Amino acid sequence: MDKLTLRDQLQEFNASYVRCIDSDDLEKWPNYFLSECHYRVTSAENDRNGFEAGLMYATSKSMLQDRISALRNANIYERQTYRHMVGLPYVLRSDANEAECETPFLVVRIVQGDETSLYATGIYKDVFDVSGEEPYLKSRIVVCDSSRFDTLLAVPL
Amino acid sequence: MQTSTIQWIPQGETRVPLAVYRDEKVYDDEQRKIYRGDTWSYLCLDSEIPESGDYKTTFVGETPVVVARDADGEIYAFENRCTHRGALICLEKSGKGAKDFQCVYHAWTYSLKGDLKGVAFEGGVNGGGGMPKSFCKDHHHPTKLRVAIFCGLVFGSFSDDVDPLEEYLGEEICERIERVLGRPVEVIGRFTQALPNNWKLYYENVKDSYHASLLHLFFTTFRLNRLSQQGGVIVSESGAHHVSYSKVDESGFDGYRDQGLRSDQSGYQLEDPSLLNGFKEFDDGITLQILSVFPGFVLQQIQNCLAIRQVLPRGINKTDLNWTYLGYTSDTPEQREVRLKQANLIGAAGFVSMEDGAVGGFVQRGIAGTDKEQAVLEMGGDSTATSTSRATEASVRGFWKQYRALMDV
Repeated sequence: MDKLTLRDQLQEFNASYVRCIDSDDLEKWPNYFLSECHYRVTSAENDRNGFEAGLMYATSKSMLQDRISALRNANIYERQTYRHMVGLPYVLRSDANEAECETPFLVVRIVQGDETSLYATGIYKDVFDVSGEEPYLKSRIVVCDSSRFDTLLAVPL
Repeated sequence: MQTSTIQWIPQGETRVPLAVYRDEKVYDDEQRKIYRGDTWSYLCLDSEIPESGDYKTTFVGETPVVVARDADGEIYAFENRCTHRGALICLEKSGKGAKDFQCVYHAWTYSLKGDLKGVAFEGGVNGGGGMPKSFCKDHHHPTKLRVAIFCGLVFGSFSDDVDPLEEYLGEEICERIERVLGRPVEVIGRFTQALPNNWKLYYENVKDSYHASLLHLFFTTFRLNRLSQQGGVIVSESGAHHVSYSKVDESGFDGYRDQGLRSDQSGYQLEDPSLLNGFKEFDDGITLQILSVFPGFVLQQIQNCLAIRQVLPRGINKTDLNWTYLGYTSDTPEQREVRLKQANLIGAAGFVSMEDGAVGGFVQRGIAGTDKEQAVLEMGGDSTATSTSRATEASVRGFWKQYRALMDV
């Protein structure tokens, strides 16, 4: 098979990433990141203002693993699933080692098998390590369009 | 006005009719008697509007409010509602450099103090129309709030009778606020959490030191909060405000295991414990302080994670929780990073507070169809007094003491 173009690679990556989350295979979710990485869920308003705090804020793959083990072992919340729709990645810059891109997303949530409701929209602001066979996330900032969040954000976006 | 038919026990705070969380009449009365009554509501930080012409819009209860710093350097607050037709005067969440506010509908113009300064075509056009000679702009300004500032917190009140802010807070609460906000802070993030429940359910949860170590397993497992720790609950004399605090005690615990409570799960460890690597910044050794000021302000210190929460009612079963995450202006980059990591504990995705966002909804859904049923608040007896035990609902009862007094029920 021909070598995939960068955009194909990123699309493949995102398709796999959202499949992992949406199928509740959350233990594998940290594997999309490098050991040293950044993951943050924030709002467009915070992003615009340069406010660094996030609803989720991780600086290592281990912290992402902790997020999942807390969800599985510690936190109390109603069973729920997401369905992510991701758009096309827009590549801002790329070289042999790194690619920076933005990808829009829309997520609906289903709590306890009940109503499907619009949960979040926004963009992934990503920096990928593309030096190897497959891309890995160095950084994913989940910038949600709205500053208003539902009372519960359990599963990562 | 029709009064509510909800039946309360004759006196005391050990029973609360569940209907108070889902009754429209009660909700309307609260707007009038609590939010527009003899209380102080948190508006913003004075550091959020540092210069003349800076402003923010917020709410007192459901009432939209503008908070602005005038050319004289003082902060003023007034209803965000044009006296002409009732439209919002200011549409933005915040801004800088305002000279005045102009309603977009008919261009009535207000000063930063909330005075009506201009009425478009007041003198008519080409000799026709215009306002009558008797119309006096001085008589048509939006209702102004009393404004008071303590430790950089801007509060507003619609009441002429409420005590001055520092008396309203009382000495103990003032000291506990000063402990955290006695040095300059800056905002490091803002989030609104949409709660699916009545505002009181969230506010009671804040004051409820009984639930913390039972519902929040994350905290308990890492010994951030056990009832066996040193600490206590301070309840202000009126019952209105509270402080719950604790110091970490590594000497172990027993009650959870003995009673087979869910909160005791051993063997759970963090892969990256840097999440909880704090630094000491308070000399008193207190690692957790949750403070509430009636009716809707919360100041939180959980280790090095500092935040203000503004509780705003949006309907009988909707509440907005506005989080303002704080750091000190003197933070080193390393200290700031600690705060950002610890912020994983709080908010909609907080390892600790995600359950707080959800339990109010569980109650709201649970009380559907209730008639005369009442909540039971007897943990720690019937008092609303300060206590060194946190296995008490004293501060929740304190809330109801103040609530019943203001609501006259």
